[in-house]
Amino acid sequence: MIPELGHYALVLALALGLIQSVAPIVGAKTHDAALIRLASSTALMQFLLVAASFGALVTCYVTSDFSVKTVFENSHSLMPLLYKFTSVWGNHEGSMLLWVFILSLFGGLVAAFGVNLPATLKAYVLAVQSWIAVAFYLFILLTSNPFLRLPQAPIEGQDLNPILQDLGLAIHPPLLYLGYVGFSISFSFAIAALIEGRIDAAWARFVRPWTLMAWMFLTLGIAMGSYWAYYTLGWGGFWFWDPVENASLMPWLAGTALLHSAVVMEKRNALKVWTILLSVLTFSLSLIGTFLVRSGVLTSVHSFANDPARGVFILGILVLFIGGGLSLFAWRAPMLKQGGLFAPISREGSLVFNNLFLTTACLTVFVGTLYPLALEALTGTKISVGGPFFNLTFGPLFVALMFAMPFGPLLAWKRGDLLGVAQRLMTACAVGLVAVAITFAIKGGASVLAPFGVGLAFYVMMGAIIDLVERTGLMRLPMATVRTRAAGLPRSAWGTAAAHFGIAVSMLGIIGAATWGTERIVSVSPGQTISLSGYDLTFGGLVERTGPNYTAQVATFIVREGGVQIGVMEPSKRNFSARQMSTNEAALMTRGVSQIYLSLGDANKDGAIAIRLYYKPAVMLIWLGAVVMMLGGALSLSDRRLRVGAPKPAARAAMQPAE
Amino acid sequence: MTRKQRRLVLIGGSIGVLAVAIGLVLNALSGSIVFFNSPTDIKEKHIAAGTRIRVGGLVKDGSVQRGDNLRIRFEVTDGKSDVPVRYQGIVPDLFREGQGVVAEGKLEAGGTVDADTVLAKHDERYMPREVVDALKKSGRWQEGEAK
Repeated sequence: MIPELGHYALVLALALGLIQSVAPIVGAKTHDAALIRLASSTALMQFLLVAASFGALVTCYVTSDFSVKTVFENSHSLMPLLYKFTSVWGNHEGSMLLWVFILSLFGGLVAAFGVNLPATLKAYVLAVQSWIAVAFYLFILLTSNPFLRLPQAPIEGQDLNPILQDLGLAIHPPLLYLGYVGFSISFSFAIAALIEGRIDAAWARFVRPWTLMAWMFLTLGIAMGSYWAYYTLGWGGFWFWDPVENASLMPWLAGTALLHSAVVMEKRNALKVWTILLSVLTFSLSLIGTFLVRSGVLTSVHSFANDPARGVFILGILVLFIGGGLSLFAWRAPMLKQGGLFAPISREGSLVFNNLFLTTACLTVFVGTLYPLALEALTGTKISVGGPFFNLTFGPLFVALMFAMPFGPLLAWKRGDLLGVAQRLMTACAVGLVAVAITFAIKGGASVLAPFGVGLAFYVMMGAIIDLVERTGLMRLPMATVRTRAAGLPRSAWGTAAAHFGIAVSMLGIIGAATWGTERIVSVSPGQTISLSGYDLTFGGLVERTGPNYTAQVATFIVREGGVQIGVMEPSKRNFSARQMSTNEAALMTRGVSQIYLSLGDANKDGAIAIRLYYKPAVMLIWLGAVVMMLGGALSLSDRRLRVGAPKPAARAAMQPAE
Repeated sequence: MTRKQRRLVLIGGSIGVLAVAIGLVLNALSGSIVFFNSPTDIKEKHIAAGTRIRVGGLVKDGSVQRGDNLRIRFEVTDGKSDVPVRYQGIVPDLFREGQGVVAEGKLEAGGTVDADTVLAKHDERYMPREVVDALKKSGRWQEGEAK
């Protein structure tokens, strides 16, 4: 009964979605306030229905109702409750339901919190949002119905792919989807603006919080995915330039560019057309990401069992929305009025520079990701484009971007003083150079680029601090004045500084782990001691342990530093009987921001076992940096000028219909 | 500066950055891409020794030999031809005889692949696409054999 209810709720949501796709537009064209208001109600109702549908699927999974096909294929009655819950989206059908659930959530949020939006804009936004929703409801109902029943209910399920039986599945996909799907709002706003043919600084003020929110979730989602891959795949890599990773990086790059260009639009009423285009492109990249991961054109942990019909369907959605969005842009964008003027050397100019480099970097990732697919489709030649390609293309662009980053916030709007800013950044340069020298002194010249990378990271961090020092007048003005200025400083200024600081922190972690990491891949016998980077690990032996739905071979290692025991590491291999599959559970020991990483290979008959032992210096900074970036976003979001529902300028109030 | 000049600066700058990016992309593409080959391709195409390649197929039954220091040798087959692969390190958990595998490394003069990466399937139900295609080409693939 419950699966049928869930299915039915989704069909109802589709019906409402169809109404919401048309009625508000008719209302906006004919100035029919009732039809315009309808959009908010249907958006909220759609959210409730999809939530009910999602809840029904969760119920099926949690109660292990194996008469439902996807539950049978992806769950097992012995799994811990958390994994029963997370396996809802550990498969194609369920993950698409999560996708539309989040989509309807954002639609509902716009309806509920967009009270101060101009009525017609809101009507158009919700209508466009509903177009996307309808396309994906149809996709689920026609090709990927998660509620399909089996004619005879099996007694036991086939278990979830063991790699996915991890806390990571509870965190990474929902965060990533909140990011991906969150950009649908800026897309809908852009399309609405194009339909209306009207766009102003207020538009940017409405869009920015949504974009910022999506960006925060995407940042954290990518970082958590990276950490999950790091500890679960067993060889300590944190980024593989795998197409599915690139699929999430591209919307992030475009979204980051969008955040910055929206600032120019909001503050200076310039770059309007470009901001609209970026909004369209960012969500298009999210859709391409969904297509790459969900269509089965790529093989990876992310692609579940697939049939070709789905790929074609998603491709259709892709062509419709990206093609439609860009065509509408080409048609209507010339009608949008040009905005304010600015000199190339100015805050606006620096943000243009930021956009230029971010979008170009995004383009190189796009080429590297899709070129192999296109080549194979056209010529049948199979190639793989891996890390070296991206390091050679993405790397230099990002270095240039990092170098310019501290200049931006220090430049004045309209016309900036490059020399003056350079002088103010002298301290940052000095700190960077000292960092280069110290790194060379400690680590030697084995890698020439890495110390300069460290210097660059310190320069950016110092630059972020100098920005705050300049704004608050610290060291120049009396303490009391500084305090008032700090209190009066908009939160978004703190957010900018934090986010810029965060990316430098991540950069330090990447350089540290990639350059100065050490590793040993050896075979050890019980009692034997292995040394790496000042740590001694003694292998105690293998023991068997039984988990709820697996048996594990656990190896015990005593870790000593300078002869003193500092802990025990227990990497293991788990064998899942239901799928006859094993997973590698690496053991991690965090020392400051560095980690010791130990994972198991094959066991020999004589009791020896192959191990991979890594020392990853500063590796935790990669993800800590991402968290700092996200917190920067949160600070910015809490800025009262940006808060959803903040008071609008009095002049605009007159245009609002009384509601 | 007039509006026109400013726009020119902007467009010029954009074209400059794009040109640099295109240069980087082309340079990287010529140097860092790796071609995928089936064992039969390797036999037939006369690929120059020292080229980096990817080879995919099944691990031939009875071909796996393990040596000291985690050295391993095995043969990759597509049913028609076999290619010997040498590797040092820990092979993936799902690396088994008769299972799909993709190895990446340098092709040596004797026709052996000196691999630095060995990939197996992520999941017992699915084959790497490259392997499926290699097997289809050699006629060893029956639809429905594995989902």
